[in-house]
Amino acid sequence: MKQYIIRRTGYSLLSLFLLSLTIFLFVRVTGDPTSLLLEPGASLEDIANLRRQFGLDQPLWLQYWLFVKSFLTGDLGLSFYYRTPVLDLYFERLPNSLLLAAVAMILSLVIGIPSGVLAAVHVGGFWDNAGKIFTLLGLSLPSFFIGLVLILIFTVYLGWLPSSGAGTAWHVVMPAFTLGWYFAAAHMRLTRSSMLEVLGSEYVKLARLKGLPEAMVVGKHAFKNALIPVITLAGINLVVMINVAVVVETVFAWPGIGRLLYEGITFRDFPIVQAVVVLGGSMIILVNLLVDILYAFIDPRIRLES
Amino acid sequence: MAAMSRESLLSLEHLSAHYVSQQGARVVPAVEDVTLRLGAGETLGIVGESGSGKSTLALTIMRQLPPAARIVSGRMMFEGENLLDKTDAEMRHVRGKRIAMILQDPMASLNPLFSIGNQVGEPLRVHEGASFKLAWKRAIELLKSVRIASPETRVSQFPHEMSGGMRQRIVGAIGISCEPRLLIADEPTTSLDLTIQAQYLNLLGDLQRQYGLALIFITHNLGIVAKMCDLLAVMYAGRIVEQGPVSRIFSAPAHPYTRALLGSIPRMTDNRGRLTAIEGQPPDLSSLPPGCAFAPRCPAAIARCRREAPPEIAIDSDHTARCWLAESDSEAPPAIGARARSDGT
Repeated sequence: MKQYIIRRTGYSLLSLFLLSLTIFLFVRVTGDPTSLLLEPGASLEDIANLRRQFGLDQPLWLQYWLFVKSFLTGDLGLSFYYRTPVLDLYFERLPNSLLLAAVAMILSLVIGIPSGVLAAVHVGGFWDNAGKIFTLLGLSLPSFFIGLVLILIFTVYLGWLPSSGAGTAWHVVMPAFTLGWYFAAAHMRLTRSSMLEVLGSEYVKLARLKGLPEAMVVGKHAFKNALIPVITLAGINLVVMINVAVVVETVFAWPGIGRLLYEGITFRDFPIVQAVVVLGGSMIILVNLLVDILYAFIDPRIRLES
Repeated sequence: MAAMSRESLLSLEHLSAHYVSQQGARVVPAVEDVTLRLGAGETLGIVGESGSGKSTLALTIMRQLPPAARIVSGRMMFEGENLLDKTDAEMRHVRGKRIAMILQDPMASLNPLFSIGNQVGEPLRVHEGASFKLAWKRAIELLKSVRIASPETRVSQFPHEMSGGMRQRIVGAIGISCEPRLLIADEPTTSLDLTIQAQYLNLLGDLQRQYGLALIFITHNLGIVAKMCDLLAVMYAGRIVEQGPVSRIFSAPAHPYTRALLGSIPRMTDNRGRLTAIEGQPPDLSSLPPGCAFAPRCPAAIARCRREAPPEIAIDSDHTARCWLAESDSEAPPAIGARARSDGT
């Protein structure tokens, strides 16, 4: 078990290093931030001054080294545009993103898991077919479209919900639904296929032959086994949700880190883009690591592997 | 061998179970017109090739067929009750309590996420309302009775920590947990190696004597039948083609298929260097020939075999064969048998 955790952690650190290097190089390909921050007629001297101020005149390897060094000490630098610490901007926005992701995740699990179980138990029946349509719509409709349709119905026609911003519980409903929609479909599809596989297993057959009530066969023997891949996916998806909400947050003007990233890209604000991506990546990598370890606790077979 | 009591524990009468395709276009008669009797404490071996309907017959008795299969006709009398009259809820209290079944794959029959004690005690909790603690204690005793060493530690372990032989014995412990009257074992030893097989068979024999169980042994290993069983039923294409006491069938098989099966057992004294096989392929159950299903492969087939399916012909009181050529040992041969013989010459 200890060895397993150490090995997993090693892989995680390697992934993080590769991610930071990639994003560092990619933002620098997008162009020169100074051209967006200075007036069009700015002198070459002003441009050079600003570049020096941002440290962009240094060789790339030195810039990367400074980025990594300050990152490890918890300093994410100053935003080029706001001139305030990136970390302050990030933590100002993070609670909103967490709230949005948490509500969206709960919605996606509450919708996805029971409907997936229902579809698997009644395979080929009404619930299964209804579920298939739901999955198809969930996975194929883009979130900006769903967002706009929801705004049209619930804000424009019915006037029930606010279309943008944050502040009250009502504000979170539409963005969370829009964000959770896709994931509900994904969780349903995985629950269904995973349940079907488990329901066909010999141990489920033996559980039935033991005379257990069907609720116990499905709820105990099949469900717990079928849940393992769903937990993995949901764990990873939670972090994915925090970090892919760029479109949803933009549609609903939700002040989360997705919007921060969007603004950072618009202004070529390298420290913001780097920080959001590397922090988001760290979260995803960390959650993957935790899920792997949690897995080992749920599934006794992994526990003993060394 | 167990004392023969002809008071029957289980009696199947003209039982048929079919697989029906979704549109109802294809009907596969996996079990067709099966009639057999089994007394308390007796052991019945059911042999036949893969796809002959042995496992479907077992699942029919448990009333636990896959969704595509239906029991279409017949009666299943068990301890004086027709199991086919029972509701699903009533049948649930028969499964695991009065009739238990062991599946063939010990590696896959246990749930990887629950401890051995949890799974062995489960039938006791469900059928006898035992508390978790009591069921756990019983589970330890059951593990002891299937000869698992140090059951006190094993009981809290998980399936992946056990060898194949141990897992199969644990499945056996689950089977006997509620002291059923009948245990159906579907090829319980095919995935075990030979020494473990022998141990397991001895164990089943001992459990049978200890608990007074009737056993139905589904196998394609005639050696096991010779060692374990009182009665033998040979299945071919969903039908029982011959049944009777093992000793009688082994010494005087009446059906050509049984003769072929017995002839295909490899013997050490055989120095021809080749294994004897039965010519041809098992038939497609969805398009059986009009006559006897074995006729296309039968070395002794006559014209009538291809026209008419033979009924069960009594060779003597408890030995029957579905063959027009079946010979009767008894003084007064049944009329059909006699006609068949004259037809053949």
